[in-house]
Amino acid sequence: MSDTQTAPLLDTVEHAAATPDVEQPWAELGLKVDEYANIREIIGRRPTIAELAMYSVMWSEHCSYKSSKIHFSLWGENTTDEMREKLLVGIGENAGVVDIGDGWAVTFKVESHNHPSYVEPYQGAATGVGGIIRDIMSMGARPIAVMDPLRFGNLHHPDTQRVLPGVVAGVGGYGNCIGLPNIGGEVVFDDCYQGNPLVNALCVGAMRIEDIHLAKASGPGNKVILFGAKTGGDGIGGVSVLASETFDEGGPAKRPAVQVGDPFAEKVLIECCLDLYAAGVVDGIQDLGGAGLSCATSELASNGDGGMQVELSLVPLRDASLQPQEILMSESQERMMAVVEPKHLDEFMAITDKWDVEATVIGEVTDGDHLVITWHGEVIVDVPPRSVAHEGPTYNRPLARPAYLDGLNAAGTAELAKPQTGEEIRAQLLTLVGSPNLCDKSWITDQYDRYVLGNTALAQPDDSGVVRVDEATGRGVAVSTDCNGRFAKLDPYAGAQLALAEAYRNVATAGAAPLAVTDCLNFGSPEDPGVMWQFREAIRGIAEGCRFLGIPVTGGNVSFYNQTGDVAIHPTPVIGVLGVMDDVSKRSGSGFRSDDAHVYLLGTTRDELDGSEWAHVIHKHLGGLPPKVDLAAEQALGRVLVEAARAGIVEAAHDLSEGGLAIALAEACMRHGVGVTVDGLDAIGADAEGNSLDAFTALFSESSARALVAVPAGHAAEFEAMLGDVPHARIGATGGRDLDVVGHFSVSVAELKSAHEFTLPAVFGS
Amino acid sequence: MRIGVVTFPGSLDDRDAARAVRECGGEAVPLWHGDADLKGVDAVILPGGFSYGDYLRCGAIARFAPVMDALVPAARGGLPVLGICNGFQVLTESHLLPGALIRNDHRKFNCVDQRLVVENTSTDWTSDFEAGQEITIVLKNGEGGFVADEKTLDTLEGEGRVVFRYVPDAQGRNPNGSYRHIAGITNERGNVVGLMPHPEHAVEEGYGPSLDGRGFFTSIIKQTLESAATA
Repeated sequence: MSDTQTAPLLDTVEHAAATPDVEQPWAELGLKVDEYANIREIIGRRPTIAELAMYSVMWSEHCSYKSSKIHFSLWGENTTDEMREKLLVGIGENAGVVDIGDGWAVTFKVESHNHPSYVEPYQGAATGVGGIIRDIMSMGARPIAVMDPLRFGNLHHPDTQRVLPGVVAGVGGYGNCIGLPNIGGEVVFDDCYQGNPLVNALCVGAMRIEDIHLAKASGPGNKVILFGAKTGGDGIGGVSVLASETFDEGGPAKRPAVQVGDPFAEKVLIECCLDLYAAGVVDGIQDLGGAGLSCATSELASNGDGGMQVELSLVPLRDASLQPQEILMSESQERMMAVVEPKHLDEFMAITDKWDVEATVIGEVTDGDHLVITWHGEVIVDVPPRSVAHEGPTYNRPLARPAYLDGLNAAGTAELAKPQTGEEIRAQLLTLVGSPNLCDKSWITDQYDRYVLGNTALAQPDDSGVVRVDEATGRGVAVSTDCNGRFAKLDPYAGAQLALAEAYRNVATAGAAPLAVTDCLNFGSPEDPGVMWQFREAIRGIAEGCRFLGIPVTGGNVSFYNQTGDVAIHPTPVIGVLGVMDDVSKRSGSGFRSDDAHVYLLGTTRDELDGSEWAHVIHKHLGGLPPKVDLAAEQALGRVLVEAARAGIVEAAHDLSEGGLAIALAEACMRHGVGVTVDGLDAIGADAEGNSLDAFTALFSESSARALVAVPAGHAAEFEAMLGDVPHARIGATGGRDLDVVGHFSVSVAELKSAHEFTLPAVFGS
Repeated sequence: MRIGVVTFPGSLDDRDAARAVRECGGEAVPLWHGDADLKGVDAVILPGGFSYGDYLRCGAIARFAPVMDALVPAARGGLPVLGICNGFQVLTESHLLPGALIRNDHRKFNCVDQRLVVENTSTDWTSDFEAGQEITIVLKNGEGGFVADEKTLDTLEGEGRVVFRYVPDAQGRNPNGSYRHIAGITNERGNVVGLMPHPEHAVEEGYGPSLDGRGFFTSIIKQTLESAATA
């Protein structure tokens, strides 16, 4: 930064061309030397400060996916024509869209807001929710539900008590005020997330197929309209380098890096956008999220067939002292950009007026091929929009299987002490049911409105969130997000497939046919070859798994640099699966409801305790190999669960995952206070010679592709006839007020509940 | 049977209230905050939500909306009005009902299936319930603690104007710190009722904790049909 002593000077394109040797702060903005050289080559001169700011933010890891996108070819290679048929809009748009039948389209996507949520938990989480909702809105959809997969450090660490209540209040504060039901998600505690909590946010939206909108600017003469909140100095982040350069006196020296959310403004924006779509006055639409106007203008122009001209001084400001490059970078929330034909302009403005939403024409589509931005008439940006939005750098970073893996995989659970008596099993069950990852989460989820909009058929703590889309028929969707980071640490390929399998299974246990996938890939630094190898393995696992299951990935998000010093988080590829139901009122809940229902365990149980919740809680142990992935078994299980729900003969269906059969039984009992007598434990895991698993292993193994199903006695024969070659055992019957494992132990549902519900209030207060 | 549902900017449960009216056999008429026009409806619902964001005291801005200029005198003249959650807050801010709603005593938003006792079945909105009946409907709010001075509380109880009370938990607490466990009240005439819980989320099989919310809507529909018959 050579000219900090000179008076502020507007760095126009003309000025840049005349002063090629000015030293520029590209390194402070996070650009590499060759990236800066590349920018100079693209535009044939040094960039202006505004151009430099635009390129630096659009070429950041967050916006450009420069370390990850080379691996995205795995998605395409693994998407068959049959899978593509369900996709109305695929990867690359603001969010993917799938056809759910009867003319309805559903869009859904999960994104991360990890780093802001660590710095400022409330606003970081709130604006994470707000951002994903705008992605869904910009597809033309009405947002209908949100979910939040959250991961924190140790429950008892003092910093968790700073981060968690703030994140939860932020998720709730934004989602409740905007009026979207929060229907599920996850809350996971692990020391590996202590300095890197993961705050992922998923939104689902619905629309008629003909109402799908896309982010593109076409048609020369069409108006470019910025509408919603005014632009302020929040979320400028890295560009504060420039702010401090130009504001050496009188102005704010440093801009806040975290954005501030206003859910009321976004609620009004949703209703306003839906009115605009209904009136047919929107040609192209884009939300303003990361990289603000830089991203919206360059992406709209890049996706269109012409250029774009924008006069930046027309942008309504909250802070009149903002410089043009700051206006371009600002991540102020609750803003949208539309491309509108001149003949529709008056009607557009009448609708925004009705909702008291400020809307300003700031430019128009041109027949050129450049994005030209002026400041009071002087040209400060003149670039090919594709070079900003889509042609950023691509890195093929080195990857290498970490050397520690052999040792980690060799250190399984075989040598760990196991409970020997029924009493010991009982005691460990009570410990597990109250452990941080398995305890009752209602201290968190009761802070979220799960009922607003009146279409929620199922929400947490059930296996997936289920919402109605069509009020006339009851057609709707189920969504679940899952990931066990410990499994992914042991084997990222298998771990990612197990996450996919669990989310698939959770949608099926609700009774929905799995249809599509979104993912949020949370990893450490891509500059670490070991992390990059984990990342590649996880993508390969998801892509190949999706191909096997026949459900396409529709979009998602990558979050790198989740590490503190040299220590990365467990690889955490969070998978969201969306399924469809003809009538969501037929969904299956996860809890036993009445006495004398037959209880079945479906699927094969093996001795698989490595990476389990039992090993984690009882022995603080992580090692060995994750459970076997069997996607064919998942498919067969899913088919039975969906068919049985459609037939209306399922009283309860609950997936087996963390904590295995023991926890699934306990949760099914606690849901509605109905007990169960388990007398068929000996049949579990029997091999050809008739040797079955010991009771402890049968109860706590985390083998995949399993579910617990309760069927009223009168429908048992019908249910058994549906099972085909899905392995199954009738293990007991519902009733009473105890979880009674005959011959081993008995525990009252009240005692289970007391251990289950104690944990979070003990830390955070009631 | 036409029941108006007001939409303020930031109203959230307005479409749900309209659906509940339709589910129970009435016609729902959308009313807009900016129009001082009740469109000749037989009754009005002020729905839940965060009117104007509620960044100030809840309901404090909505009270000044043009639609309230028409609604307040009509309510004083006997028009049945039901305020749910934010609507209840608007009714207290408008002085159509006494008291105020403050931040929950535990200082968190709270969404639960809540048990209530119906104490007054002579209002326009509760005649289809039985006195002492226990119902379970959705409660979801951050500022639902009902407070008033002792004299007002005594008056409300003395005149039978406490319409709903929370069933306290085993420790004797209600979900938001409301004085005397009060969940909903009515005016002297019994035409204006406000409560924090949400009956509109308990009217359809498969969506919500029960069908107990239907009684609110069937009460007003019968009430209005009867008064039309005798008019």
